Amino acid sequence: MSKTSPDTTTNDVAEILQQKFPDSIHPDDREGYSGIVVSPDSLVEVAQSIRDDFRYNLLTSLSYVDYIDEDFFEVVYHAYDTVKGGPALNFKARTPRSQATLPSLTGVWPSANLQEREAWDLMGIHFTGHPNLKRLLTWEGFEGHPLRKDWKEPFYEEDKKPFKSRWPEGRPDRAESRLPYGMNVQYPPGFTPDGWSPEGESALYDSLSTPMTGSGVDVQAIKTDQLVVNMGPQHPSTHGVFRMAVTLDGETITRLEPVVGYLHRNHEKIGERNTYLGNMPYTDRLDYICSMSNNLAYAMTIEKMMGQEVPERAELLRVLVVELTRIVNHFWLIGFLLNDLGAFFTPALYAILERELIVDLFEALTGSRMMCNYMRFGGVAYDLPPYIGGPAVKPGDKARHMDTMKFIKDLVYERLPRAIDQLDNFLTQNEVLVSRCKGVGILPPEAAVACGVTGPVLRASGVPYDIRRSDPYSIYNELDFDVAVRYNCDTYDRYLIRLDEIRQSLRILEQIIPGLEATEGQEYWAGKRGYNVRVPTGEHYGHADNPKGELGFYVVSDGTANPYRYHIRAPSLINITALEEMCRGLKVADSVVILGSLDIVLGELDR
Amino acid sequence: MYGLGIIKGLGITIKHFANTYVEDFKQGIKRYTAEDRFTARQGLEAQGLFTVQYPEEKIAVPERFRYIPFLVVNDDDHPDAPGQPWCTSCGICSKVCPPQCIWIVRSTDPETGRPKPEPQEFYIDIDICMNCGYCAEFCPFDAIKMDHDYEISSYDRTSAHIYDLQKLTKPLSYWRTIAPTRAEEERTAREAKEAAKAEKAKK
Ligand code: SF4
Ligand code: SF4
Repeated sequence: MSKTSPDTTTNDVAEILQQKFPDSIHPDDREGYSGIVVSPDSLVEVAQSIRDDFRYNLLTSLSYVDYIDEDFFEVVYHAYDTVKGGPALNFKARTPRSQATLPSLTGVWPSANLQEREAWDLMGIHFTGHPNLKRLLTWEGFEGHPLRKDWKEPFYEEDKKPFKSRWPEGRPDRAESRLPYGMNVQYPPGFTPDGWSPEGESALYDSLSTPMTGSGVDVQAIKTDQLVVNMGPQHPSTHGVFRMAVTLDGETITRLEPVVGYLHRNHEKIGERNTYLGNMPYTDRLDYICSMSNNLAYAMTIEKMMGQEVPERAELLRVLVVELTRIVNHFWLIGFLLNDLGAFFTPALYAILERELIVDLFEALTGSRMMCNYMRFGGVAYDLPPYIGGPAVKPGDKARHMDTMKFIKDLVYERLPRAIDQLDNFLTQNEVLVSRCKGVGILPPEAAVACGVTGPVLRASGVPYDIRRSDPYSIYNELDFDVAVRYNCDTYDRYLIRLDEIRQSLRILEQIIPGLEATEGQEYWAGKRGYNVRVPTGEHYGHADNPKGELGFYVVSDGTANPYRYHIRAPSLINITALEEMCRGLKVADSVVILGSLDIVLGELDR
Repeated sequence: MYGLGIIKGLGITIKHFANTYVEDFKQGIKRYTAEDRFTARQGLEAQGLFTVQYPEEKIAVPERFRYIPFLVVNDDDHPDAPGQPWCTSCGICSKVCPPQCIWIVRSTDPETGRPKPEPQEFYIDIDICMNCGYCAEFCPFDAIKMDHDYEISSYDRTSAHIYDLQKLTKPLSYWRTIAPTRAEEERTAREAKEAAKAEKAKK
């Protein structure tokens, strides 16, 4: 990394860009905001220049905000440099609400593809030039664009929590008892669900049935046809309610389109109704395997906006739990990748055994095994408990008693290294695994970056990009670890990189333990500890290197108790941009393994 | 040699399988009956089969475990006010609750018509409760705590899952059973606060 402060570099770039495009760029000088505003006409040109001249090759996040009082939509782009690292270049484009049209950036960065579809779906911004601008998360018959500020949900009560009816008058009732339709849906006037046929469905199949062939066979000559197969949404190999609509030529995949949104609950709208602190337990439910990492990314974002410092012990505890979470996630992934390969649950259970021990620690520390809700603005909710276990109360209860520090040390120094070696011996040389994974699902580095792929999947494609190093947060710049990287870009490397990352996480944990012992009894939660969190007006994009990739939060505050905008850049969603590219030309059974190696979780993907 | 990887892997499977029984042979029935052996079976030394024979056996949950909240009231043998709820109906928990599943109606004194620091009604929709623990964390009176009872399945959610005051109420002694250390810590903190207040009043 260069010696100059990274901030000046981005500012310099912004300035040079302004000189280059004096008529179409002006700085965003609203209080608390940063970046440049680009006029829509030259957006594509400026984006190209940002990518080619300034090497911001990775467009990670595309956020969109409805400034209803000012009467425009703003789309906010964050681009990073995967080679040099450093902070984001943040540029924006605006369109009047009545017009709601912007040029698509899919031609510059394919990673904009799904994100623009999402912006169209939820905010109703039309992107001209987008190859496939359909709804992404809501269903085809959905009316309206739910993230617009004037859109109201079926159970609408008030714009902001806390709701007045809860206290002191208290009106206990179930929202569903007030439903006009008896179901949790809202139809346009005059619409009846009977007899309606989804337009989007036929459009989907039409778009898939092109006469491309994967195997090069002339379909016309042998009078054959291509077949569209829906894999999922209910299918064990899709790791949740996820659907891949694949077009097959024989058994060879010619087209593949991911269909998502089955678990969509409009997390972002909920987040905008909610208070800042109230969103913390909701982030647990994004990637529910890694609730700790989600907590950290969100806490850091808000802390940055508040200017809140975090005490040392809290940072140590945060890194402890986050790296343990990474181990949990990778163990889980390896186990289930083997499930996808047909090794039904034996490797998965060996991996889950180790995970159980880690979540035992989480449970004693936070009160919950998965929905940890551990971090607060300014620290963490609890210090380490003296022991792991609890009193036997119920009939049949059996008590355990394990000293916490000893437990952590034994886990990090003994148990986990042994477990990872065992898993390595158990699987890595296994001929079935090797032949199913080696050379399968190649994702070249350029394609990976272009598609916005992040996390272990990107690093297995030969790009050593890790936010813990490129844009360090918490105390990672004081810790000694290597960014794991593999160069074969195939499924086998995506398996191996998880093993590498577990080993690196263990290395980090070994450095954390002495610090934990030295800071015992120190403060772990600084600041007011109140539930009324005040965040100054402004915007911030905070991100962290989660086990699945870059999790980002783009938050806009208007100075009130609730976020004005709360957008999540979900790594699971953006990583599947590359799925078709990886699967094309392979057999249908390979798509299952490739999807497994991408590591998606639907709670986060669909939000 | 082709197939070596598979054979090596099978060796590990066999080891896991055998480990399940090795300890059984060594320790006999004691492994399952003796109180102190449970930690070894469900801890870092665990090898082989790792499951618990639920519902005959249950892992006791840690003190911080959070499930559905409950309201603390005085024990029945309290000298002055047995069964008196600690809740003052200040409304903080209902404000801080992220999914807004707490409803409170404040009591009013029938004679003066002024609000009384006690809830007249207190409801929690436990289908909506996300077990976040904020209510317990931010209650200034230690009046709401997270229960450990996770066996709450029922046949009909519409009639059984909105908990009212009666269903939510549990005596302090219950909290002291499920979370002895924390209950003690909270008692010390309360007493220190009282003492500080008394000190201030004296001055
Ligand atoms: S915060 Fe505590 S005292 Fe206040 S209403 Fe809730 S339970 Fe009662
Ligand atoms: S645990 Fe959380 S969701 Fe449940 S009642 Fe308390 S504050 Fe509300």
